[in-house]
Amino acid sequence: MNDRNRKLKPFVPQPDDDLIVCRCEEITKGEIRRAVHDGMFTLTEIRRYLRTGMGLCQGQTCTKLVKGIVARELGVRPDILEPSTGRAPMRPIAMEVLAKDREEKAT
Amino acid sequence: MNAEVIIVGGGIIGCAAAYHLAKNGVSVLLLESSENIGDGGSTRNGGGVRQSGRDPRELPLIMYAIQNIWPKLSDMLDTNVEYCQHGNLRLGSTPQHKAILEGLTSRAAACGLDVRMISGDEARQLNPYLSEEVSCASWCPTDGHANPLMATMGYYKMARRLGAHIISGEKVVELRKIKGAVRQAVTVSGNVYEGDTIILAAGYESRFIASTVGIDIPMQPVLLETLVTEAVAPMFWQMLGTADADFYGHQTEHGSFVFGLNSGLEPYAKPGKPLSTSIAASAACRGIMRYFPSLSKIKVVRSWAGWMDSCADHVPVISKVEEVPGLILACGFTGHGFGIAPAVGLVLSQLAMGQETAVDLSALRYDRFQ
Ligand SMILES: Cc1cc2nc3c(=O)[nH]c(=O)nc-3n(C[C@H](O)[C@H](O)[C@H](O)COP(=O)(O)OP(=O)(O)OC[C@H]3O[C@@H](n4cnc5c(N)ncnc54)[C@H](O)[C@@H]3O)c2cc1C
Repeated sequence: MNDRNRKLKPFVPQPDDDLIVCRCEEITKGEIRRAVHDGMFTLTEIRRYLRTGMGLCQGQTCTKLVKGIVARELGVRPDILEPSTGRAPMRPIAMEVLAKDREEKAT
Repeated sequence: MNAEVIIVGGGIIGCAAAYHLAKNGVSVLLLESSENIGDGGSTRNGGGVRQSGRDPRELPLIMYAIQNIWPKLSDMLDTNVEYCQHGNLRLGSTPQHKAILEGLTSRAAACGLDVRMISGDEARQLNPYLSEEVSCASWCPTDGHANPLMATMGYYKMARRLGAHIISGEKVVELRKIKGAVRQAVTVSGNVYEGDTIILAAGYESRFIASTVGIDIPMQPVLLETLVTEAVAPMFWQMLGTADADFYGHQTEHGSFVFGLNSGLEPYAKPGKPLSTSIAASAACRGIMRYFPSLSKIKVVRSWAGWMDSCADHVPVISKVEEVPGLILACGFTGHGFGIAPAVGLVLSQLAMGQETAVDLSALRYDRFQ
């Protein structure tokens, strides 16, 4: 049970808020911290709201960093935050390759 | 814990109702079973905001939403919902397709919608990336698309800011009446919440919850699938569909393309967590490349699936319930509840406050199946 109206510590700007955390989608630490204060309390919600980890690398670089930032903002241990779901095809695949999922005899 | 209105389900419908109620100073408590707000269809859909191709019973809601809410939604929610109104092209390549499109078009035009048939060449003038395969299309210039993640989370964010009380991880399993009127929502953890009005907006699960007060809405869960590509430079802004409904989609403000897929196997999906099948994305890529050859090199980065609450007659139930005073149903959206959600949120708040609704809802009553 997660009460979305529980009080967080007030949002205080930090000197490194401009730091880019998700490089694919260019999302900063400050944007992630703000999103938590706007009610995005889970890693899935952060991802859906900000697009962190939804770029070409699919979160391989930033997942852990985002988790740390969100946990600190919520005042909880990072390991209690559920990871968000990995999605097929895991590595980007061109449509023309994905379209050939079955052998087709030349006609 | 008490509130004037309890909302069961934190998808876009529940969050939009919570937003309007909180804005009107009504005390609201929203209960969502998942750990994540908007984890159902609301953050998994293709983002279509279409009037064309709609059932006439749903047209007043979508026309109201497009005329009065979508254009200002980003400001209302302090969130860029990426609403883009550049029309809908529904494409066809055979005489059968043409017949399907003509039927849809004449039915919608009879309801006062600006939608018309155009030739393949006219379609290519609107969208130069279309292949020569396309021989006819329907064109509705006032249709469009928006970002479902931003719209859903935006309604949630604003409802919360306006003071709506929102709890996730609280699964409602039973409604209880007191003195003939519904008053309590009981959760799986044993908590009992009490309110004067209960809005049931829990997608397909609404069927089980409503049955605890003796109401049955004929719905079925059906799986829908979606994919998204890498971001590329802007190509076109129209919403796309096909006469066969084998795919639909658009390019987002971000540059990626979002495509909804149809493999034909949707009603037979395995129950439980919604999982992408191995065949739908591949089949859709073949369909997309036939109409848009220039997309063949674009990379697919993610695919996912979601459940829709398919109603027996393919339009939702948005209704008070005579036998159960205090209960308001909002379910059965049948895979097209995103575009109308802003209007649905508004009329639900009006029903709960005992006001006249902005749109006549008599065609969407709960007792129409008898
Ligand atoms: C892949 C896909 C593509 C789609 N494409 C489009 C489109 O292009 N255009 C369009 O208009 N529509 C589209 N739709 C349909 C649209 O997404 C839905 O109609 C809309 O999101 C419905 O919103 P909702 O809030 O009723 O449902 P949901 O988002 O499913 O919300 C219901 C909520 O209730 C919660 N819940 C369930 N049981 C309980 C319980 N017991 N207690 C508490 N909470 C509970 C769920 O967890 C969920 O969060 C699509 C749907 C899918 C799946």
